[in-house]
Amino acid sequence: MDHNLVDVLLVEDNSHEAELTIRELKKHHIANNIFHVKDGEEALDFIFGVEQFAGTRDIQRPPKLILLDIHMPKVNGIEVLQTIKTDERTRSIPVVMLTSSKEDPDIRRCYALGVNSYIVKPVDFIRFADAIKNLGFYWLLLNQLPA
Amino acid sequence: MPIQKKLMRVILLISGIMLFITSSAFFIYEFYAFRQTALQKLSTVGNVIATNSTAALAFDNHEDAYEILLALKTEPQIIAASLYDKKGNLFSHYPANLAINNFPVSPGVNGFRFSVSHLEGFEPVLEGKRQLGTLYLKSDLEDMYERLRLYGTITISVITLSLLLAYLLSKILQKSISKPILALAETTKSISDKGDYSQRAVKSGEDELGWLTDGFNHMLEQIEKQNLLLNEFNQDLENKIKVRTAQLETVNNELESFSYSISHDLRAPLRTIIGFATMLEENFSGKLDDEANRITSVIKINALKMGDLIDDLLSFSRIGRQEIKKTRINTIEMVRQVITESAIPNNKAGIDWAIESLPDSKGDPNTIRQVWINLISNAVKYSRNNSQQRIEIGSFINIDKDQQVFFIRDNGIGFNEKYKHKLFKVFQRLHSADEFEGTGVGLAIVEKVISKHGGAVWVEAAVGKGACFYFSLPI
Repeated sequence: MDHNLVDVLLVEDNSHEAELTIRELKKHHIANNIFHVKDGEEALDFIFGVEQFAGTRDIQRPPKLILLDIHMPKVNGIEVLQTIKTDERTRSIPVVMLTSSKEDPDIRRCYALGVNSYIVKPVDFIRFADAIKNLGFYWLLLNQLPA
Repeated sequence: MPIQKKLMRVILLISGIMLFITSSAFFIYEFYAFRQTALQKLSTVGNVIATNSTAALAFDNHEDAYEILLALKTEPQIIAASLYDKKGNLFSHYPANLAINNFPVSPGVNGFRFSVSHLEGFEPVLEGKRQLGTLYLKSDLEDMYERLRLYGTITISVITLSLLLAYLLSKILQKSISKPILALAETTKSISDKGDYSQRAVKSGEDELGWLTDGFNHMLEQIEKQNLLLNEFNQDLENKIKVRTAQLETVNNELESFSYSISHDLRAPLRTIIGFATMLEENFSGKLDDEANRITSVIKINALKMGDLIDDLLSFSRIGRQEIKKTRINTIEMVRQVITESAIPNNKAGIDWAIESLPDSKGDPNTIRQVWINLISNAVKYSRNNSQQRIEIGSFINIDKDQQVFFIRDNGIGFNEKYKHKLFKVFQRLHSADEFEGTGVGLAIVEKVISKHGGAVWVEAAVGKGACFYFSLPI
């Protein structure tokens, strides 16, 4: 996959959850180029085109949407969000946080850091599938990004 | 009345009474003594004159008789005297210029006696045993009254002077009693005003008042010691409370992160289970036989149920930690909303609702709404098998406890009351999940919310006859 043609960067440490999310996004033909990374460190490497992605990634051509899990090993979602939103070059990338719990104490912080959306993943798969479909539809097809 | 005035009054009253009694006794004694002297004197004079008149009467000599009476000039208090002969006729009188009608016409009973303003009487003129005539003497009491008036004036002056002296003395002397008492009172007032128990009263001397001061100071010392102890205790308690509060806060925080972890970490794998089971259904149902499809759906149903359990458990623990913010609740409005808006199974149309006009209540609207939702949805759920489903909602006041009681009565399946103690505990159910769906958290939430409001929850039920749930809120 061309790392510069990514529609959605999915940052999710649970590969099975990632599989479900990717399946839903692809099923409705909302996004075809989905890139999955397993933790925050890898996500930052990808976004900024460093380390393993040096040379293959152009920071000027960011993904259209980042789906970011909060709880991950090494670098967590909040830290990734903070880095993206404080860097001029990456600030305008839409970031949607994904969490399993509406009781997450970090919801407030995410909004303070400039998150674009915050989704609580329902346990019920049908509702989960709906949520993924809708957010993909909104951020990838409806939302207009700065040129 | 201030103690100073009281003391002076007592002193003046006592000295006044004593002076009055003393003076009166003296006065009365003087009065009688004087009368006695006057009587004696008159008798003596009468005796002498009578003895001297014997010859004049015996020889019927009027001139001699008058001469004798004239001797009474030396006794100015004797204002009238007269002699009567044997037959009782006036023989001679003194003074000569006094009109005859001032003398008794004839002699009366022998002896001298007091009239209102005079002392007068008769003395027989005897020669041996033969009475030759009678002597009359009249003495005025002006002398006596003059003296009594003088005594009176002296007495009143003495009493006045004595009282004045007593007043002045008492004014000075009462201070020896009132001063220490006033000082004590002053100290007491100052202590109670300032709350400063370190003050001490100044001792005035080694008398009862001195002992009173000692006792008072001793008591103050005790109070001070006890206050010190109390303060220490308070400090101790406050420290303990601080420590406990900190511990509680820690525990509470741990609990919060624990429930967060539960909700987060338990839900993620569940979602995967359900997701993959759904994938199996959607992508492979054609390749699986009926039994395999049934197994897939059992996996999904139970995973979903576990999701519900986690959600309910979380809301139960959240309600336990939530702060109650009491406001006025329009109960009837809330109940109507709950019935129309809440997730009550859709067969509610066939229910015969009997709702009384419910009074407003005071409570936290969010959690009280949850109570109504849980109780009403329970009533609907457990009576759905009755073809004439009827749910009654009402209220009354428990005056003893000053609480408003609400009740929700259904004509559903009911239960045996011997299990009712289990009903309000988490995950305790009286019916199987196959019969009636549910996680067993709803009533535990109800109980927790109501007890946090300072109310109570109870239930009446019988198998097959429905159940009536009551909850009370402080008015």
